[in-house]
Amino acid sequence: MAAEGAQLPALAPGPGVPVVRPRRQSISSWPLVDRIGYWLCWATGVALCAIALAVVLYMFVKGISYLKPSLFVQSPAPGVKQNETGGFFDPIVGTFMLTGLGILIAAPVGVAIAAWLSEYARPRALARAVESAIEMIGGVPSVVLAIFGLLVFSQGFLGFLSQRAANGAVYGRSFFAASVIMAVLALPLIVGSVREGLAQVPDHMREAAYALGKTRASCIRHVLLPAIRPSVASGIVLGMGRIIGDTAIVTILVGVTLKLEKVGGVPLIGNYRGTGSTLTSYVYTNSPAGEGGSPQKAYAAAFVLLMIVLLLNAIVTRLSGDTQPLGRTALAGRLRMIGRSMPWIP
Amino acid sequence: MPPPVRRIALDRDPYVAPPTDHDGGATTATLTPPGPAAAARTRQPAAEVRERMRVESVWLAYGDRWVVRDVSLPVRQGEVLALIGASGSGKTTLLRSLNRLTEVTAGAGRAGSITLDGEEIHELEVNQLRRRVSMVFQQPNPFPMSILDNVAYALAEHPGHGRRRRRRTPELEATAADALRRAGLYDEVADDLNRPALRLSGGQQQRLCIARALAANPEVLLLDEPCSALDPISTATIEELIVGLRESVAIVIVTHNLQQAQRVADHVAFMHLGELVEYGTSEQIFARPTKQRTRDYISGAFG
Repeated sequence: MAAEGAQLPALAPGPGVPVVRPRRQSISSWPLVDRIGYWLCWATGVALCAIALAVVLYMFVKGISYLKPSLFVQSPAPGVKQNETGGFFDPIVGTFMLTGLGILIAAPVGVAIAAWLSEYARPRALARAVESAIEMIGGVPSVVLAIFGLLVFSQGFLGFLSQRAANGAVYGRSFFAASVIMAVLALPLIVGSVREGLAQVPDHMREAAYALGKTRASCIRHVLLPAIRPSVASGIVLGMGRIIGDTAIVTILVGVTLKLEKVGGVPLIGNYRGTGSTLTSYVYTNSPAGEGGSPQKAYAAAFVLLMIVLLLNAIVTRLSGDTQPLGRTALAGRLRMIGRSMPWIP
Repeated sequence: MPPPVRRIALDRDPYVAPPTDHDGGATTATLTPPGPAAAARTRQPAAEVRERMRVESVWLAYGDRWVVRDVSLPVRQGEVLALIGASGSGKTTLLRSLNRLTEVTAGAGRAGSITLDGEEIHELEVNQLRRRVSMVFQQPNPFPMSILDNVAYALAEHPGHGRRRRRRTPELEATAADALRRAGLYDEVADDLNRPALRLSGGQQQRLCIARALAANPEVLLLDEPCSALDPISTATIEELIVGLRESVAIVIVTHNLQQAQRVADHVAFMHLGELVEYGTSEQIFARPTKQRTRDYISGAFG
């Protein structure tokens, strides 16, 4: 209390007083090997930046020049000349359909698995088995998952998820089948992110809940999950990026039709039972590696794909860098923040 | 080289010196600094003192290591019981065993009996027990939600309040506000109860934790060094609060701060290496300790 009226010392020294700042350590005193190592590290870092920049720039230049607004609204059409082959409206819709359902399946399952692994994990042997399974799925090439999915969804009793031929054989390829396999693909990312978030919640937060007579389940539901909302969100966005970028599962499980093909009369379910394409399969099909029909449109679609993935990455960076507690207006604040982080979006 | 630890066998009814105003005046005067808490402290015993919990030859272990050995203590409503002792003396473990929070730690074991209003606590449903014997921790740990939600969450699933936390009845808000008032926080936060609890200052956060612990109307309140992370002003506020609360709830406080124990406690238990060395009124322990070990500790010879 005595210091209340006292003046604070000025932050800067008086005029003429030299300010001593620590100098950067020079590497000239290092042994030669260390100096070479240092420069190699530096060079690889710069090279990586150059590659990333080259990809973005190249796609930007190529994509922008071929990108036309009409591409977004036209459906792909068969044609010999490039100006007859339509746009990529259907692939964009397909991408959203696949990502939406895939995440809808993967998110609750992933959060549940992560919560069980972090908060219960008994019996221990089972927890270790689940952990290895998650790791294994994370390491399996998606084409293997796709082939496996084809096997599963061709089973007769799963015919309602795709289409059935006249002789009763099940086609096994549909947006439903692909969404389920995509969910499996995204699962390890969501589990990893949520577990990381749960590990960062200090134990005294859990104890505070137990000390109020709360059950473990109530603690997870009302304390832990709200506390790690940013981790859940970034896990979901990472998973979305993975689903959007995957090609093998699309080409094998959604079929090779570029246009969305509906099965049966029910609006949404019919679309999911049917086949179609996504941006990735569209790029593949139209590029010289596929049928090579319209490489210009492949470039344009690849550019759109790249932009979507970069956008998702920006969201992840933004979400994981922020650990502020979420209040009631969390969603609005979050959206505003995402908007601020991406000035190119009006 | 410390002298060998002597086990103090406690009678069923430990000796309690009748509290007087002038006992050991000299020691008290030198140990008690003038301050708001000291001024607020009424040396008068509470109107009604009633035993709520009883610790009867309790042994507690983590793995195969005994950390509390053969401790017997009464916990009474209307008075504050302080557990003092050096680090590793088992006082926090003893405190945590009172609402079975030791069970959260793997490998914890126990022997002896702890009763709450005559009922063995290990026969009570654990979440019911923890509602009746609430706890506040060393580090202020409000949940990352609004002030009101913090208290409302403590109330949720409580009989009479329904299970849904989201449904905010005026009745629920009134109860929450009442808990905040009891913790002396209401006036400071009344203007915006929906602000995130983590925006409060450390002292306010700790009082919110006390409000949260009081919300479900517990019979016993356990405080584990509630002020050790706080500044002196917040500490004084909380000490005043503790003294004021002892009428309505039995309070057990673990503290490293001897002056704090002297300021807030009616009874003091001194523990060393898991054993209860001495138990008595605050005046008696600080002015006329009967054991050499207690004398050494409160005069700062060790610990």
